[in-house]
Amino acid sequence: MARQRDIFIAFFRSGMLGFGGGPSTIPLVQKEVVDTFQMMTDEEFADVLAIGNTLPGPIITKMAGYIGYRVGGWLGLINALIAAILPSVILMILFLATLKQFKDFDFVKGMSNGVIPIVAVMLGVLTWDFLKKSHKSLGWKVGGIILCVSIVGMLILKLHPGIIIAGLLLIALLLPIKKEERKE
Amino acid sequence: MIYIQLFLAFFYPGILGYGGGPASIPLIEYEVVDKYGWMNTSEFSEVLALGNSLPGPIAIKMAGYIGYEVGGVLGAIVALFATVGPSLVAMLILLNILYRYRQSPKVKRLSSFVLPAVVVLLAELTFDFLITSYDTMGIIYTIILIVGAYIALEKLKIHPVFVVMMGLIIGGIFL
Repeated sequence: MARQRDIFIAFFRSGMLGFGGGPSTIPLVQKEVVDTFQMMTDEEFADVLAIGNTLPGPIITKMAGYIGYRVGGWLGLINALIAAILPSVILMILFLATLKQFKDFDFVKGMSNGVIPIVAVMLGVLTWDFLKKSHKSLGWKVGGIILCVSIVGMLILKLHPGIIIAGLLLIALLLPIKKEERKE
Repeated sequence: MIYIQLFLAFFYPGILGYGGGPASIPLIEYEVVDKYGWMNTSEFSEVLALGNSLPGPIAIKMAGYIGYEVGGVLGAIVALFATVGPSLVAMLILLNILYRYRQSPKVKRLSSFVLPAVVVLLAELTFDFLITSYDTMGIIYTIILIVGAYIALEKLKIHPVFVVMMGLIIGGIFL
């Protein structure tokens, strides 16, 4: 039961503080899931994020649903989804039902503006962490090649990240394993 | 009948909305405004504008609110399920297969292969947020908040919940 409470808190906080749409919740979810409640490692989180990006639909619900399921079974899945979704939906309905006559939401808008640079910092730190991790697990050669391919594909050719990740998944699964790697 | 319409109206944007919530907004608008006529364009943009300033993913808030307007609480549940369900099922199947074969060297290698792509993905998001911040509040506020947030999060190790709340308060008052 304590696990279910952790799941709820983790996704409730990420959902409630995720101003600025789906992507802003990514570093919040990472902090809760990896650091605060230690439900998975950074590498597992990166897997979830990568696979999530190859599939359509909002990223937070895909992450919440899967992580909830991994940690707490089907109850965990429902629990995490409710925690991630319900507060913002209720806020939305309440605001629109009661405040329809107020045309500007300057205060609320200012609030979400204030969060954007903070999310930028959290995303920047996460980027750096994962860069160090990919250097550690792949080395400069393989890691550098994949990094360059990803940069060219996503930033220059503007391909959807899901396509790049799906390509990498296929290469990892289909390429034969070298002998040295097998010994490890 | 209305529930079937609600389900379909949010099911298609859910499975076609590659690139997360924001990518599915035009698709939702097509279903809600053009196809079923539940709202007109200006009502839709009003809901979208408010939705964008509240926390949480935008596609979810749109589904919840429009579902509620059209079909009450049950309508909201149906629209939410249609948005979340299909991609979540695919996610569970894919990740469970990987988890089952996690000892295989190929699956192990897979995790490290996707890391650089995740780096680029996150770097791009970081950049987007920096640009948005610069566009909405200018360079001075952006730098002050970034330096402050970095010190609070990384040096003082304050939990992000409190840092984000500080950002909300500062933003609400000054921005």
